[in-house]
Amino acid sequence: MTTAAATTIKARQRPGDRIFSSATVISGSLILAVLAAVAIFLLVESLPAFVAGPDDFNGDITNFWSYVGPLVFGTIYSAVLALLMAVPVAIGIALFISHFAPRKLAQSLGYLVDLLAAVPSVVFGLWGIGVLAPLVQPFYTTIVDWFGWFPPLAGPASGTGRTIFTVSIVLAVMILPIITAICREIFLQTPLLHEEAALALGATRWEMIRMAVLPFGLPGIISASMLGLGRALGETMAVAMVLSPSPEVIFQLLTAQNSNTIAANIALNFPEAHGVGVNILLATGLVLFVVTLLVNMLARVIINSRKAFSGAN
Amino acid sequence: MSKRIEVNDLNVYYTNFLAVEGVSIVIEPRTVTAFIGPSGCGKSTFIRTLNRMHEVIPGARVEGEVLIDGNNLYGPGVDPVLVRRQVGMVFQRPNPFPTMSIQDNVLAGVKLNNRRMSKTDADDLTEKALRGANLWNEVKDRLARPGSGLSGGQQQRLCIARAIAVEPDVILMDEPCSALDPISTLAIEDLIEEMKQEYTIVIVTHNMQQASRVSDRTAFFNIAGTGKPGKLIEYDDTTTIFSNPSVQATEDYVSGRFG
Ligand SMILES: Nc1ncnc2c1ncn2[C@@H]1O[C@H](COP(=O)(O)OP(=O)(O)OP(=O)(O)O)[C@@H](O)[C@H]1O
Ligand SMILES: [Mg+2]
Repeated sequence: MTTAAATTIKARQRPGDRIFSSATVISGSLILAVLAAVAIFLLVESLPAFVAGPDDFNGDITNFWSYVGPLVFGTIYSAVLALLMAVPVAIGIALFISHFAPRKLAQSLGYLVDLLAAVPSVVFGLWGIGVLAPLVQPFYTTIVDWFGWFPPLAGPASGTGRTIFTVSIVLAVMILPIITAICREIFLQTPLLHEEAALALGATRWEMIRMAVLPFGLPGIISASMLGLGRALGETMAVAMVLSPSPEVIFQLLTAQNSNTIAANIALNFPEAHGVGVNILLATGLVLFVVTLLVNMLARVIINSRKAFSGAN
Repeated sequence: MSKRIEVNDLNVYYTNFLAVEGVSIVIEPRTVTAFIGPSGCGKSTFIRTLNRMHEVIPGARVEGEVLIDGNNLYGPGVDPVLVRRQVGMVFQRPNPFPTMSIQDNVLAGVKLNNRRMSKTDADDLTEKALRGANLWNEVKDRLARPGSGLSGGQQQRLCIARAIAVEPDVILMDEPCSALDPISTLAIEDLIEEMKQEYTIVIVTHNMQQASRVSDRTAFFNIAGTGKPGKLIEYDDTTTIFSNPSVQATEDYVSGRFG
């Protein structure tokens, strides 16, 4: 009798629940384990780079930090520029698909955007060198002529068009699909209740979007941007193919001298690297890892600071 | 300012489905008019045509005319956006903007018309609208907090405050109390009674007591069967509708014998 009472109090363990909970725990720990393995590998392999001396670097670079500095700059500069270009366009496309286009057109546009996400980055790289760079080069010359007094646009203009600005355009095109796809899904989920509330107050469609759709979608827009930014920060092939690099911090967007990005620098130098050179490249990889982590944490903080107004309650 | 609504032979379609047929009705200023009738008879459909909110639904369209102080809402060149600024609406489920503070919710509609408002004007208007909605005392200390943190009844009064802040001529309410408890419901009924001084009010309700408590005139809608269009059966003073209706169906409905 007492044992029967004891067993009835405890919830019965159903096999389905057990399988499901183990599966989630396993996949949860797996991602942690993989991340930890990568991080430890990078950390261990990087250690020699931090103590490397002037002999281990080309040119007049004396230590690891002055080597990685311009790379960090180039990485963030190009990725942020790409984000600045991509996010407004992505929001525009997503709004068009979710709220303006007729249903049929919206659907085919949606497929098209998703398709763009499947294009390999080598193709974007080829497009960057073969089509985009020659196309924009004349514009660069004109821009430098007219706006050269503004430091980031100062000359001399690159003769090939293979500048950090071109790279940013390529990156923007690459991250556009993912940002658009997420924004579209978020915008479609705006509660009809709130859209009607805005319209009933006499909002035009654009005002309704500003009152109801965009505020509701803001956390999603930020998350989408961060995903895009992460992709832009880590992009290797397209940058390595398009950019003509030099090992300094360079703010000018349109000249032949450009700061390289970490990922592209690794790709370019890895084939010939040996000894400490390999460790140095891996250490720059570790720095990229940390930069990406910081960027994502920043995004979390931004989202959480607006939690009370998110509409989740 | 309160305005007179005149509807002439209005049909409402969802694509090809005739949902409401042949409604003609005159609603006087400074009155409360209740729409009653069984579910699916087209009360929501009809009330939405009074500020062109049905146009939000793909495929919805009307035939006939709706005159507000003589101006046809469906005349050529009439902007639905301007119509909705004149004819406000409160919905069945409270829908304050979750991403805005209480004050921003109240001012949401006003800021559409008049972007630059001084801080004192904004504060004064917020207080006036919230007092008008009987909510001021409950929220005056937390105007900067999100509107979604209020109770359901408070949220609904916030929506009413938001609607009256733009000073419309007419306020439409589609079952404004159906998601609320009896106390909040009474608070809103009192509010409707007061608002009648300044606005023409139309309210849809399933609650007979509510209709008889708050309204001056009552319109009874009915459908002959599923798939048939809803029609206005009888429209008269509320006391007449509830004590001595002229149509048998109305009497059956208000006495609870069907529907
Ligand atoms: N978006 C829509 N698309 C197509 N038909 C609709 C739509 N909304 C309502 N209808 C139809 O129009 C008719 C009237 O619906 P309506 O919502 O106006 O009824 P109601 O009187 O408000 O009912 P309730 O009392 O349940 O709210 C119903 O037959 C309904 O199925
Ligand atoms: Mg209804």
